[in-house]
Amino acid sequence: MPKTVLTGNYTVALAAKMARVEVVAAYPITPQTSIVEKLADYIDRGELDAIMIRVESEHSALAATFGAAVAGARAFTATSSHGLLYMHEWVHWTSRARIPVVMAIVTRALAPPWNIWSDHQDILGQRDTGWIIGFAMDNQEVFDMTVQAFKISEDPRVYLPVMIGLDAFTLSHTSMPVDVPEQEELDKWLGPRRQGYVIDGSEPLALGNLAWPEDTEEFFMDLQRGMEEAKNVIREVDESYGRFFGRRYGGLIHRYRCGDAKYHVIAMGAWSGDLMEAVDMLREDGYPVGLIRMRFIRPYPDREMYELLSGSKGAIVFDRAISYGSLGPIYLDVVANMARYTRRLPYIRNIVAGIGGVNVTYSDFYKLVKETIDDLEKGVEPSVFTWYHRR
Amino acid sequence: MVPPEVNHGMSRPIPPLPRLMRNTVLPGHAACHGCPITMGLKVVGAAFGNKVILVVPACCTSVVVGAYPGNAFNGSIVHVAFASAAAVASGIAEGLRKRGIKDVQVIAWAGDGGTADIGMASLSGAAERNHDFIYIMYDNEAYMNTGIQRSSATPQGAWTTTTPLGKREPKKDVARIMIAHGVPYVATASVGYPHDFYAKLKRAASIRGFKFIYLHAPCPTGWRFDPALTVKIAKLAVETGLVVLYEYYDGHIHLSGPSRPYMDKSRRKPIMEYLRLQGRFKGVTEEHVKAIEKYVDELWDWIKRHM
Amino acid sequence: MVEIVPIKYRVPIARPKVGVAGKTGSWRWVKPVVDTSRCTRCFLCEIYCPDNTITVDPEKGAIVDYEYCKGCGICANVCPVNAIEMVKEA
Repeated sequence: MPKTVLTGNYTVALAAKMARVEVVAAYPITPQTSIVEKLADYIDRGELDAIMIRVESEHSALAATFGAAVAGARAFTATSSHGLLYMHEWVHWTSRARIPVVMAIVTRALAPPWNIWSDHQDILGQRDTGWIIGFAMDNQEVFDMTVQAFKISEDPRVYLPVMIGLDAFTLSHTSMPVDVPEQEELDKWLGPRRQGYVIDGSEPLALGNLAWPEDTEEFFMDLQRGMEEAKNVIREVDESYGRFFGRRYGGLIHRYRCGDAKYHVIAMGAWSGDLMEAVDMLREDGYPVGLIRMRFIRPYPDREMYELLSGSKGAIVFDRAISYGSLGPIYLDVVANMARYTRRLPYIRNIVAGIGGVNVTYSDFYKLVKETIDDLEKGVEPSVFTWYHRR
Repeated sequence: MVPPEVNHGMSRPIPPLPRLMRNTVLPGHAACHGCPITMGLKVVGAAFGNKVILVVPACCTSVVVGAYPGNAFNGSIVHVAFASAAAVASGIAEGLRKRGIKDVQVIAWAGDGGTADIGMASLSGAAERNHDFIYIMYDNEAYMNTGIQRSSATPQGAWTTTTPLGKREPKKDVARIMIAHGVPYVATASVGYPHDFYAKLKRAASIRGFKFIYLHAPCPTGWRFDPALTVKIAKLAVETGLVVLYEYYDGHIHLSGPSRPYMDKSRRKPIMEYLRLQGRFKGVTEEHVKAIEKYVDELWDWIKRHM
Repeated sequence: MVEIVPIKYRVPIARPKVGVAGKTGSWRWVKPVVDTSRCTRCFLCEIYCPDNTITVDPEKGAIVDYEYCKGCGICANVCPVNAIEMVKEA
């Protein structure tokens, strides 16, 4: 199939269609609506052989998606912001049941006040749930990550649900060129659905009976093991996709100009593209900086991050969310996970920005990174935490 | 003395109830003495064998079936979060439909709390979309699993831990709400009349689309009565005309056999006969009794108008 | 199409089992005693028993599984010929 031009939302819908999802249970919320509308269109036109359940709430959306999945169907849903918050109970339930499901999250700020623009507060609030969480930078990656999500989720070494994030409007409603594989090739690569058990009457199984503490803890320890194994699976899937379709991203993280970098910037999502522009400009001005883009925040790529940051002269983590009363969520992960390997940390700075959808441009990034490096070179350490706000 | 020929049952077949109830609910489960829930589950097991998937939200049943790795119900169960029995059942029903699997019955089996209160939205959604499964709300008239707190299905005047002076509001009639949704089949049943409940399960299974069955389930622990009296109290509820057993399909009420005599008000037993056996109505006043009698009259008016 | 590749991790999946709450016969303070000569094999006690611990054998009449019977007394209450008496446990 030649390159086609699609919005992020239509890309998600196309990826779900090509992955041959069988049941979609979704509830509309800005800016996810066109995903669901497109899928309804595909189904009604006979292009996608699936059943759509037009549920009455997001809580029911993930509940019904889970129901279809536990009964053996490849099930999919999508939401944003308060929809994700409303289904939060089910986010935990799905991973604890070890049922593969894929969900797209069009990240949108939380209320009040009502705000339809992008930040990452909604998806990063799901870090503790046991879902694999990936985030795309552009619509090509939205397509690739969404189809890969099915393969990762349904891998017997993993059997965990996966959510893929894309920024509201910047990706969801912006058209970009997307290279789409041939359906038969994708079928061969992805294969039919696999899951670890099914409840369809073939044998009497009870999922979720009361369990005593020791049994309960063992289930959850195994969930953590699944997450650890997922790191290998994600790397493998990225490699395999690269061999099949010619595009690989580097696994859990995407390294941009890190080879000879002395300073590092870390970010996730669409604004990483703007940060890449800033890195190019900084390089031209002689600043040896590289970008580490988080493709997956769960499982956290602790080994890769340690290897890149242990020799760094200074790093900045840009967070588009904040854990109120503490620091940015990605920053907390970056710093804490370094402690798995070392007692000595380089200077790592946290800049929270872009909350509520405030537009942060490549010149903002250029300025912030340049100032930081200039200070560090002078032997001055800028404040570790900054909330960068621009009107 | 019993005549000898009664004792020689070799040529006498055992009727479906109890024969089909054997090995459905397994002994040694965690239910209270005299629990109506397991009585009801025996009938479900009799109707469908182990080819049944119960979708169970938080309720007594969640705990009655016992702890991992054992299950006291000989069938499949998907335990789900409190508000979502109907939503998960919708998903399972559609997943099985997509896979072409037709030989297993999907049943949402939920208490009054998980249906009439927290589960109302997902119930309404599933009913409106007409998914092909049976929703059974067993009504023990309070949040029993968490220790007898009131629900919207608690009758007026009943003591619960959150209504120590008796519930003020009248009982929410979920069966009528389901009728108003226009679903293919709505029925009311009682653990006191298992054959009637069995027949309703069989009829429901033969209908495509969303089916709702209300199951009156007197709870000895929550209603404060001697556990030996569960069946007697379930029957009294029908004999006083307070609980009416009917089916609603083809656009009107079909009154069930056990309730037929009580169309005639003079044949209904006095309400106090039902109330006096239950500790939760100990503080019930004249006013409360009058309100319940008025409720029964109005209920029968409605039933008759829709027959 | 779905392929079940069994999960190697521990999951909260339970299977049908007798006695999930232990030997619930220990919950009794009274126990049902059946007069099999009065028993008419009507099956009502077996139909109503919430614990499925009384079985009517056409030859022998109603037989109680005392390992699991909780002694609720429903069988005695529903018996149409009063063939069951609830007797205090020793």
